[in-house]
Amino acid sequence: MAALERLRAGGKRGAHMRIEVRGVSFRYSPKSPLILDGANLSVSAGERVALTGPSGCGKSTLAKLMAGYLKPTAGEVLWDGRPLPKSGYMPVQMISQHPELAVNPRWKMSRILNECWTPSPELLRRMGIESEWLSRWPAELSGGELQRFCIARAIGPGTRVLICDEISAMLDAITQAQIWETLLDISKERGIGLLAITHNTPLAEKVCDRVVAVSAGGVHGI
Amino acid sequence: MATIYNVGKKNHAHEKTGAGIAKCARANTGARLPAHARLMPATNSRRGLLIVICACLAYLLTVFFCGMFMNPELYAVNYGNKFIAPEWGHPFGTDFMGRDMFFRCVKGMSNSLAIGLAAAAISSVIGLALGISSAVIGGKFDKFILWCVDCCMGLPHLVLLILISFMLGRGEFGVLCGIALTHWPELTRVVRAEVVQLRTSQFILASYKMGMSKFQVAKAHVIPHVLPVYFVGLVLLFPHAIMHEAAITFLGFGLSADMPAIGVILSEAMAHLATGKWWLALFPGLMLMLAVVLFEAIGGGLNKLLSPASGHE
Repeated sequence: MAALERLRAGGKRGAHMRIEVRGVSFRYSPKSPLILDGANLSVSAGERVALTGPSGCGKSTLAKLMAGYLKPTAGEVLWDGRPLPKSGYMPVQMISQHPELAVNPRWKMSRILNECWTPSPELLRRMGIESEWLSRWPAELSGGELQRFCIARAIGPGTRVLICDEISAMLDAITQAQIWETLLDISKERGIGLLAITHNTPLAEKVCDRVVAVSAGGVHGI
Repeated sequence: MATIYNVGKKNHAHEKTGAGIAKCARANTGARLPAHARLMPATNSRRGLLIVICACLAYLLTVFFCGMFMNPELYAVNYGNKFIAPEWGHPFGTDFMGRDMFFRCVKGMSNSLAIGLAAAAISSVIGLALGISSAVIGGKFDKFILWCVDCCMGLPHLVLLILISFMLGRGEFGVLCGIALTHWPELTRVVRAEVVQLRTSQFILASYKMGMSKFQVAKAHVIPHVLPVYFVGLVLLFPHAIMHEAAITFLGFGLSADMPAIGVILSEAMAHLATGKWWLALFPGLMLMLAVVLFEAIGGGLNKLLSPASGHE
């Protein structure tokens, strides 16, 4: 808990362990309209933020910008006051809506899970990953089972902020609850910041400290 | 239920994990099925394909090497034995100069295979290099390569082939260059598409974000994806190359008449078909067809073995 408090305090000071989106605009191609127009948002390590809004308002785009998958057309995305690192382990990790696309279909699950770090058996148990799944291929697991692997893979020791882009939309209620409970516990224990993108308002209110609602073209939660 | 178990992937799922699918199956059909299913995978999916591939390879290699090291005496001219119909001494009969057609066909097939293999190998390397560079460099270069591919594919293969072969003075060299320079577009397209798709695929982007370097990603993700595509493409190029080699030689723009090749044999046979010498065309034609069908079988089998959906490494 002490560590968490320290991290929170650090987050408030504004320069430590914090991902910041400053006046970011984005369009996918020079001719297409702006998806984001001057968006501002910041998430500190240890903080849990929910992002809700109608389909197509740019939530996932914002997530990709924050995790460094896309570059903003205007404005800047800063980690600890500096531009996002271009190589090395990214402190802001993103988990996507489609776990089946996020794993190499030619790799076995154990190799996928251990690509960048080796989760402890304890963590696997908490995530509900059964050890016999490790010897399977991705095509032999369901979406919910794959998603657990993607989450476990993304919460490596270097992860400070985790962006969850609709990670539980395709899961049944029990699995959703189980996964979110585990994620919540882990984020509290290790002071990982969470940005949960979801359509599920009760979930957002339950899991997060603050909810940022997006209307078309503008994210203004600071 | 048994038919379901014959499908490669499900079979494999059971073989590997013994759990998920088998569980459903057990629920449906009771305890009889697992024992049955345990027997099937071994004889059916992967091993069966491997046996087919090995058998095809064995036949093609035998023909190839028998032809390479054959004593020319075996298909020498002997005017005493003109136009003998197939019999024990000459299973494929003899031609208008009394040459034994069986040995001539094997020698011819071997020559055709050698030229086809060499041309397909060169062609596939061109295809691989252009496909990867086109996808990686992108932009104008990519557009240019795609334009070249379209140009090459828009022209009938045979016309381009005849032009190139004729320009380079026919013979083995001309045919080889002709085939090698006309067969790269398909593979270029396939390899390019694969690499373009991989570059933007989520698991590779995620890999970069997990701190992997470009080299590590190429080694761990890209090469294992592109290589099987390349191999299957290469194997499926062989039959094309061999067919085109035979076709161009048949038309008289390819190998010279003194070199036994399937195309030469077939074009000679045409003159005697009308007089009822059917064996001159039938057996070489069958041999050519068999080689092409076997290559297709190898390519198809490899594809099934290597693609992640139907069979895991």
